[in-house]
Amino acid sequence: MGPFSRLGKVLTGEAGQTRTAQRTPSVSRASASEKRLTLELRHITKQFPGVLACDDVNLTVSEGETVALLGENGAGKTTLMNILYGLYTPTSGEVLVDDVPIVMESPSDAIAAGIGMVHQHFMLVPVFTVSENVVLGDEPTEVAGWIDQKTARDRVRTISARYGLEVDPDTYVEDLPVGSQQRVEIIKALSRDANFVIFDEPTSVLTPSEVEGFFKIVEGLKADGKGIVFISHKLGEALEIADRIVIMRRGKTVAEVVPKDVTEEKLAELMVGRPVDLVVDKSESKPLEVVLLVDNLSVLDDRGQLAVNGMSFDVRAGEIVGIAGVQGNGQTELVESLTGLQPSMSGTVYLGGEDVTTKSPRAIHKMDVAHVPEDRQRSGLVLPFTITENIVLDSYYESPISRGVQMNWSEASDRAERLVEEYDVRTPGINVLVSTLSGGNQQKVIVAREFDRDVTLVIASQPTRGIDVGSIEYIHSRIIEERDAGAAVLIVSSELDEIKALSDRILVMYEGRIAGEFDGSASTTEIGLAMLGGAGEAEAS
Amino acid sequence: MSSDGDWGDQGYSAWYARVSGVGSSLAQAMIVPVLAVLTALIIGAVIIALTDVDTLPLWGSDPAEAFRLTMDGIFNAFKALFLGSLGSPRAISETLFAATPLILAGLAVAVGFQAGLFNIGVNGQMLIGGMAALWVGFSLDLPAIVLIPLALAAAIVGGAFWAGIAGLLKAKTGAHEVITTIMLNFIALFLVDYLLKSSIYQAPGRNDPISRPANVAAQFPRLLGDHRLQIGFLVALAAVAFVWWLMYRTTMGFEFRAVGFNPDGGRYAGMSVAWVYVSVMAVSGALAGLAGANQILGLEPYRGISNFSGNIGFDAIALALLGRSHPVGVLFAGLLFGALKAGGREMQGAAGIPIDLVLVLQALIIVMIAAPELVRAIYRIKTPEQEAGTTMSTGWGS
Repeated sequence: MGPFSRLGKVLTGEAGQTRTAQRTPSVSRASASEKRLTLELRHITKQFPGVLACDDVNLTVSEGETVALLGENGAGKTTLMNILYGLYTPTSGEVLVDDVPIVMESPSDAIAAGIGMVHQHFMLVPVFTVSENVVLGDEPTEVAGWIDQKTARDRVRTISARYGLEVDPDTYVEDLPVGSQQRVEIIKALSRDANFVIFDEPTSVLTPSEVEGFFKIVEGLKADGKGIVFISHKLGEALEIADRIVIMRRGKTVAEVVPKDVTEEKLAELMVGRPVDLVVDKSESKPLEVVLLVDNLSVLDDRGQLAVNGMSFDVRAGEIVGIAGVQGNGQTELVESLTGLQPSMSGTVYLGGEDVTTKSPRAIHKMDVAHVPEDRQRSGLVLPFTITENIVLDSYYESPISRGVQMNWSEASDRAERLVEEYDVRTPGINVLVSTLSGGNQQKVIVAREFDRDVTLVIASQPTRGIDVGSIEYIHSRIIEERDAGAAVLIVSSELDEIKALSDRILVMYEGRIAGEFDGSASTTEIGLAMLGGAGEAEAS
Repeated sequence: MSSDGDWGDQGYSAWYARVSGVGSSLAQAMIVPVLAVLTALIIGAVIIALTDVDTLPLWGSDPAEAFRLTMDGIFNAFKALFLGSLGSPRAISETLFAATPLILAGLAVAVGFQAGLFNIGVNGQMLIGGMAALWVGFSLDLPAIVLIPLALAAAIVGGAFWAGIAGLLKAKTGAHEVITTIMLNFIALFLVDYLLKSSIYQAPGRNDPISRPANVAAQFPRLLGDHRLQIGFLVALAAVAFVWWLMYRTTMGFEFRAVGFNPDGGRYAGMSVAWVYVSVMAVSGALAGLAGANQILGLEPYRGISNFSGNIGFDAIALALLGRSHPVGVLFAGLLFGALKAGGREMQGAAGIPIDLVLVLQALIIVMIAAPELVRAIYRIKTPEQEAGTTMSTGWGS
């Protein structure tokens, strides 16, 4: 797009119309008597080559209303919102504000039309202060282009006072906890006079108490007459916060419901397209001998900071131990150290009584440890490899997958065929590149590879992050099967629901230490408090 | 927190995975190189037309005649190019002769690409490998059947050693191979100059950097009578087969490719990334060393001279890109460049087109290979991603 498209808009008069529509000061709209603006997506279709991401989707949101957009990964939610925010151009269909079609070619068009977006991954400059981030792209300047810091600060203060978004304008963003960074994003959207705010998976990075705070903010925005679109795959949150819930499946809106009419089970069924078991079926655990014993383990992170600080715990055969905690509290380093990927600073790790502290990843793998890594695309898979190649990624050097120095590809293909079948990997064939599979199927490839032998210990990190409900259900049941077959299982997840669903015992990690130990039936509140480092420190953040 | 389809911060390796074609299907891998060559030839024709100083003024007065003359010129140039590269046994010999070092050096670069390493130091590795082979070639008095394999082995060891230094530096200190191999090129260049003036190598009675000649038994036997094609070409063919077997049929090649695409994935799968870096560089250097041996034992005067590797190490990068880092692709790319080199000389002689046009053609091919979007835009071809769509199967069915 260039100067001409802009010219085109001026010529057609659309730009002028939308400008006047959204320039109405938002303050005056607080009175309910005034007409409410409506944001409407009308017959939106987005065709990517080979994939119909959105198929004739309609969505409306009025000011003062919260609409939740629910759907599995790949259902087309994000595509739809990227259209709404001007990042994609729809193949057909239009976006209207107050019945006026808007030419939406870039985010600046969306901003001009009064649409703000809070992305899942924050778009902030860490080394800038809060106020600098808020004015970025629309800086108040003094003589010679200096940024008018006072005006910038005042903008932040005005908005944070009005909506209770507490944050110090002069703090550097990198020093802020995630919850506050999100507030900065919200302030940024509001400072551009957004009438409609889109939140993309806003709670996925927050602790339970931060989620509560976030809900209060959303209520405040709504009360002030903002229209909210809340994208999520978390059923409970949608029920709690939304006035209306729109469910997408395979690029279509399949249902529109009001929270009081539905249950979580009903929502899940609408999302997936068939009844789903939300409660993981699992019997009482029968813990046997200790398989994994961690004694006073300390690990440094990449920057040389103490990430794991003297942790001691054990995992027994036949039980699932869940490690809960907000991401970045040393879970990554703990798992990497247990699996031999990262050296520990002090302490000892015993596996079946044997000291494995300094063993290599391969040696640990050979002791029948299955490792489902935190980031499947970064370390769990080689994306440009085929399914077959990924299936043998950590057993290629052993018979029968290799004979001497040569690979035995027919044996590898047989194994891949069998596992694709057995683990329900949805794929056109085993010679397909894993990069073309959906997240859930990619994860099933990893799980198949790791579980396809007599496993004594399972270490699974974020085993279901970002994958669809059906795959989650499947992977959870596989993990429980491993437990019932006598394996010791260690689950690390920042999804408290997942930890609670699977674990027989729960450890909460905070700043590299165990901040609490609970049994599987502990309440979310108790665990949530421990995730913030216990009662005493909860106030600090 | 990488979302599906997010390649993380692997921007650079993703670029050359794309550009080098590693991991794409055969048809996808072929289309851009073939079109690049075709386009380069068309542009070459335009250049011939535009530089035909005698005909240009005619376009004003007699366009029909000008057109005829221009077409004649282009036709003659390409005819000479064709005859010089394929038109006679001598021409074919010259093509294969010129292709031999290019194929070996191209394989060296391609092996590196496949494992995610950019070996710019092929020239230096050729120099060291060639000098090692030369030393064997003039100091041992053995029959050819023993001497030539020994000389090749020395070239392999020499090249592998020189490249292995860069691999070791990367594995142990993280030093980027692009920097270290370039620096090792300079060291090799001047080390060879020094050796050529030392009493070990220098031809008796000479003051300039030139070595004594290799024994006759060490000189590569010719294959087509008096024509220059020699057994080095067979070595290159064997190397193509070996590299294919290594990369696609052995556990070592599996490790090379896994680490090349995703070092973190390799580490997680229990591979020693450091060891892979060292061994990939060693294999790459060994192939470069063979190319070096070919440049001394495979052509007159069978002596070491200053910078005898010439530009081959850099042509090899273009070749590996054109061949999409696949050994068979490299073979064909090497044959093409060999043909251009052999035919270019004929074109200069018979049609009066400077041989530099061949360099322009090669450069055009490289530009279009390095920017595949350019070719795709010209011919409106969809990218592999667009063809495949974002996902082939979504999650989970109803």
